[in-house]
Amino acid sequence: MKLTTITAAVLLTAGAALAGEVAPKDVAFNGGAIEASLTGAPGDAAAGAKIMTTRSLGNCIACHEVTALKDAPFHGEVGPSLDGTGSRWSEAELRGIVVNAKMTFEGTVMPAFYKVDGFNRAGDGYTGKAAPADFPPILTAQQIEDVVAFLVTLKD
Amino acid sequence: MTKLTSIRTLAALAVAGSIAFGGVAQADENAELVVNGEITLVTKTAAPDHLKDAMDTIYSGWVFRSDETQAMQADDFTNPGILDAEAGVELWNAVDGTEGKSCASCHGAIEEGMKGVRAVYPKWNEAAGEVRTMEMQVNDCRKTRMGAEPYKYVSGQMGRIVSAISMQSRGEPVNVAIDGKAAETWAKGKELYYTRTGILDLSCASCHEENYGNMIRADHLSQGQINGFPVYRLNNAKINQVHDRFKGCVRDTRAETYNPGSPEFIALELYLASRGNGLSVEGVSLRN
Repeated sequence: MKLTTITAAVLLTAGAALAGEVAPKDVAFNGGAIEASLTGAPGDAAAGAKIMTTRSLGNCIACHEVTALKDAPFHGEVGPSLDGTGSRWSEAELRGIVVNAKMTFEGTVMPAFYKVDGFNRAGDGYTGKAAPADFPPILTAQQIEDVVAFLVTLKD
Repeated sequence: MTKLTSIRTLAALAVAGSIAFGGVAQADENAELVVNGEITLVTKTAAPDHLKDAMDTIYSGWVFRSDETQAMQADDFTNPGILDAEAGVELWNAVDGTEGKSCASCHGAIEEGMKGVRAVYPKWNEAAGEVRTMEMQVNDCRKTRMGAEPYKYVSGQMGRIVSAISMQSRGEPVNVAIDGKAAETWAKGKELYYTRTGILDLSCASCHEENYGNMIRADHLSQGQINGFPVYRLNNAKINQVHDRFKGCVRDTRAETYNPGSPEFIALELYLASRGNGLSVEGVSLRN
C-alpha cells in the first residue's frame, strides 16, 4: 500500500517534470527567437560551458572560437567567434539560434540542436545506421538552457 | 635527403609568399609535391569549367596537410601505402579462380596494361550499360574472366589491387568524362553532393565547398578532392578506398549512410572525380 503510493507519487513527479518541458515539436518561434525557457527555469552557465566544449554534446567550439573557453583546445573557424554574443543577441534570440539556427540564418551549416523531424536519412548517433523512430534531439531542453545561460554571459 | 630538403625550401619560400584562402593563411600553399625527387604532381590548378561558378582553383587534399605529412608522401620510402600497392602487384600476377588466369594473363604487365586507367575512372561501360568504378571492373574480371570469387568492395585485397592500378597513373591528370552516357550518373552525383543528410544536416558542400581552408575543431577542411585515392591514412594506419571515406563522412553527419558500391556512391565518385579534373592522380596518397 505504502509502496504503491510512493510509486504513484514518483510517476506524478516525473510526469510533471516532462510536462514542464517544451518538446522539440512544440517549440514556439517568434521569428527566429524563442521567448520562454524550454524547461521553465534558468539554465546553469557553468554546465553550459562544459557542454560547449564536449565533443559528444554541443561541441560548439568545433566551429566557433570562444575566448572564455580557451582552456579547451582547438577552436574552429567555420562559424563566427562567439565573443560578445551576449551583447549582440537577446536571450530569446540566442535560444532560437541554438534550437534551430536556420530560423535566423537561412541556409546556415549550423546544426539544429533541439529538433527531431524533417531530416534526410537521420542516423542513430554516429553508427551510420538509421535512427529509431523516436530519436532524441542532439541536446536536451536542460542542456539548451545551460548553453543559453552561458552565451548571455559573453558580453563585449 | 636532398629531395626532402628541397621540399622544405619550397615550403619556406611559400611562407614568404603566402596568401589567404578560405580565411586562413596557408603556410605551404605554394609547396610543390615532387615524389622521389622526380615526379612533380599537380596539387593546385584551375577549376574545370563545370565548377567555375563555385570556385576558381582546385587543391589536392595534400595542400591542407601538415608539413610532416606532406613530406611523408614525397618519398616512397616514407609512404606506407606504397607497400600495399606493391602487394597489389603480387595479386595482379597471381593466378586465381577456375580459369587458371591472373590479371596479367589478359592485361600483361601492370605497368603496361593499367597505364592511365585510374585517371579516367569511374567510366561508362558500354557493354554493361552503366558507369563503373575500378573496383567494379576488377570484380567483373574476377567473376567473368577468371572464374574467381569477387573481392568484398571495401577490403584489404581490393584496396591493394586498386592501389597497384592507381600507381600506374601517378602524375597523370584526372580526366573523367561527364558527358554522353555518363551524364545522367554525373548529374545524380552532383545532386547528392549538394543534398544535406543526417541530424547535423550537412552536405558535402557544407564543409568542402563553403568551408575549405577553415579549421573544424583540430581538422583542416580540404576541398574533399579524391585525386589522391586510395589513401593511406595515419588515423587508421591502412589503405582507405574512396567509398569507405564517403561512408565515414556521411556517418559523421549523423546520417544513415549509403553502402560502398551502392549506385549513390558510384554516382558521387564520378561527380567528385570530375571536380578534380586537372589535378594529378597521386597513386597512393598519404593523409592524416
